[in-house]
Amino acid sequence: MTPAAVPEHMIIAPILIPLIAGAIMLFYNDRNRQTKLIMGLVAIGLMFLSSVELMQDAKSLTDQGETAVRMYLLGNWPVPVGIVLVLDRLAAMMVMLTSLLAAPALIYAAAGWHGKGQHFHSMFQFLLAGVNGSFLTGDLFNLFVFFEVMLAASYGLMLHGSGPERIKAGLHYIAVNLAASLFFLIGVALVYGTTGTLNMAHIAAQLAGLDDAQRLLFHAAAAFLGIAFLTKAAIWPLCFWLPPTYASASPPAAAIMAIMTKVGVYVILRLSLLILGPQAGASAGFGAPILMIGGVLTMAFGMIGILGTPDLTRKGGYIAIISSGTVLTAVGFAQAGGGAEVLSGALYYLIGSTAAVSAFFLIAEPVSRDDTGTDDQSQTTEPAGERLAERWEWTPMGLDTVEDTPSPASTRTVSWLTMAICFSLIAAMLAGLPPMPGFIGKFAILRGAVEGNIGLSGQLPVMLWIYAAMLILSGLGALIALLRFGMRRFWAEAVPAPRILALEVVPVLMLLAMILLMTIRADAVLSYTRVTAQTLLNPAIYRETVLEDAKRVDATPPQNHAPYEPPEGQK
Amino acid sequence: MEMILALAIGVLTGSGVWLLMRPRSFQVIIGLCLLAYGVNLFIFSMGRLYVGAAPIMPKGGFVDPAAYADPLPQALVLTAIVISFATTALFLVVMIASRGTTGTDHVDGKEREQ
Repeated sequence: MTPAAVPEHMIIAPILIPLIAGAIMLFYNDRNRQTKLIMGLVAIGLMFLSSVELMQDAKSLTDQGETAVRMYLLGNWPVPVGIVLVLDRLAAMMVMLTSLLAAPALIYAAAGWHGKGQHFHSMFQFLLAGVNGSFLTGDLFNLFVFFEVMLAASYGLMLHGSGPERIKAGLHYIAVNLAASLFFLIGVALVYGTTGTLNMAHIAAQLAGLDDAQRLLFHAAAAFLGIAFLTKAAIWPLCFWLPPTYASASPPAAAIMAIMTKVGVYVILRLSLLILGPQAGASAGFGAPILMIGGVLTMAFGMIGILGTPDLTRKGGYIAIISSGTVLTAVGFAQAGGGAEVLSGALYYLIGSTAAVSAFFLIAEPVSRDDTGTDDQSQTTEPAGERLAERWEWTPMGLDTVEDTPSPASTRTVSWLTMAICFSLIAAMLAGLPPMPGFIGKFAILRGAVEGNIGLSGQLPVMLWIYAAMLILSGLGALIALLRFGMRRFWAEAVPAPRILALEVVPVLMLLAMILLMTIRADAVLSYTRVTAQTLLNPAIYRETVLEDAKRVDATPPQNHAPYEPPEGQK
Repeated sequence: MEMILALAIGVLTGSGVWLLMRPRSFQVIIGLCLLAYGVNLFIFSMGRLYVGAAPIMPKGGFVDPAAYADPLPQALVLTAIVISFATTALFLVVMIASRGTTGTDHVDGKEREQ
């Protein structure tokens, strides 16, 4: 292993920091919310610093022209035996995205939501630990464990705040995810039964040696795993659970759950390119047609959904679905040999759209707060009485001193105006209008797809035309739906602006700043994702770096070869 | 033995899936339990079936791997049992809460109109 610029143990930091922070918080009474909030923010800050270090590390590894992957042996067992964490550019990018999304969601929660139930802060940290673990692990069963840590925390966060609507949606959410986890287990078991290993890199290496009968079983395993992850990534027709769940979850929970859909997308991206990528021999491109067709249908479904639903938070759920569908289709193209440029654009779009979806969930609740019921909010599927009751009881706890400024009228107007501007910027981002990253990402995807295909075969496949049309149409759908809402809410309504706390505006501004930074520094981000895509499409790098350790173990002669002699007196 | 195990997995999974589709939350949770049992047996069988073979090698010795059962699926099953037990228990709590708030045990929180 090359001398590391950062300590070797840094790789595990993004998992340990939130885990330890969440555990320490459990010792405090739930009334000490501010203490927990500060601990949570410190933990996220540390997580962000470590993710910056990890990203620098991953970047410098590639710049030196060496292996693009660094790994960490948990328990110090050699590779195919023990569990390993693997850091590459994609994992570093996702960990950083998680910490960037976590801080705004937590600050937003400080405006009152964290007092609406118990143990919000601990569950939030455990969720982050699970998400980071899923991004960093290199072992399939370990991935299952981190997935379950993440899901268990998300069940709690989803139910945070309670109320009949949340319990009903939570019941469906838990049932769907339990069933998906069982599919995951069936897939893992079949993978172990056919390849005899659970290490992702080792699976990819073993795949070449499978005979036809075993390969068939392995494909069945891949399909089972695909169902599990695509349910999480919300591909049509497995996405029915998402809009009601995200709409009824509390805004900070929904904002951080925006990254959870992307965990599903990440695993699909990782496994399909590592194991079933273009160089996988007889299994090359397995599942790619499903991803392409399913992804395009998902985008269509999301577009129809966002136009059809009057409720703003449900619109957010459909936006998350569109974003997943866009990335999944691009992964399908990349897996079928579409080239690195498509994937690079898709990764850029993934970062930008996840931040935008997160910001959307944070802005949706304050914007539709104190609705008088004169417009489309009255048609929500939730019982109006329950909604109103929840509104009237809106008493921010803990940090309520923030709102009691001597000049409430002016601050209200300013915050309302800020909200309106933020809303329109987020809408422009989600619709893919220039100069927002949504536009740049979609443009990069289309340009890569067109150039790659014209260069190869001189013409564009039909699927690509449909994808291009859906990219533009889904953006148009989002634009129409959000503009209609925004005009009615911010222009046409004469009702007094609702009370909006500064703590609720700041997180949205943070996310918007991040999105705008992605526009200004688009070249830097895109060049990062381009190299990431190139390394992803060359899975041999990942495979060989991880398995190098295995070779070393095989080379050393086994110790302990003395025949076993039972001690005297036994047997 | 293969036949018995295959039948057991098939019956458990089949009943589990059927119950999962039912409208009562109690049926759903029983379905999830049965499905989890089926899946656990399936994981177990992926280490191949052995009769009378220990999964742990004796200390100091590495004699003949073929004489020992594969320990990994057994470890996996243990983890899977713990996780599915815990999440099912959580589901039970949510189910009871849902029964309490809606007054019905229908999974949609309301009876279907006749």
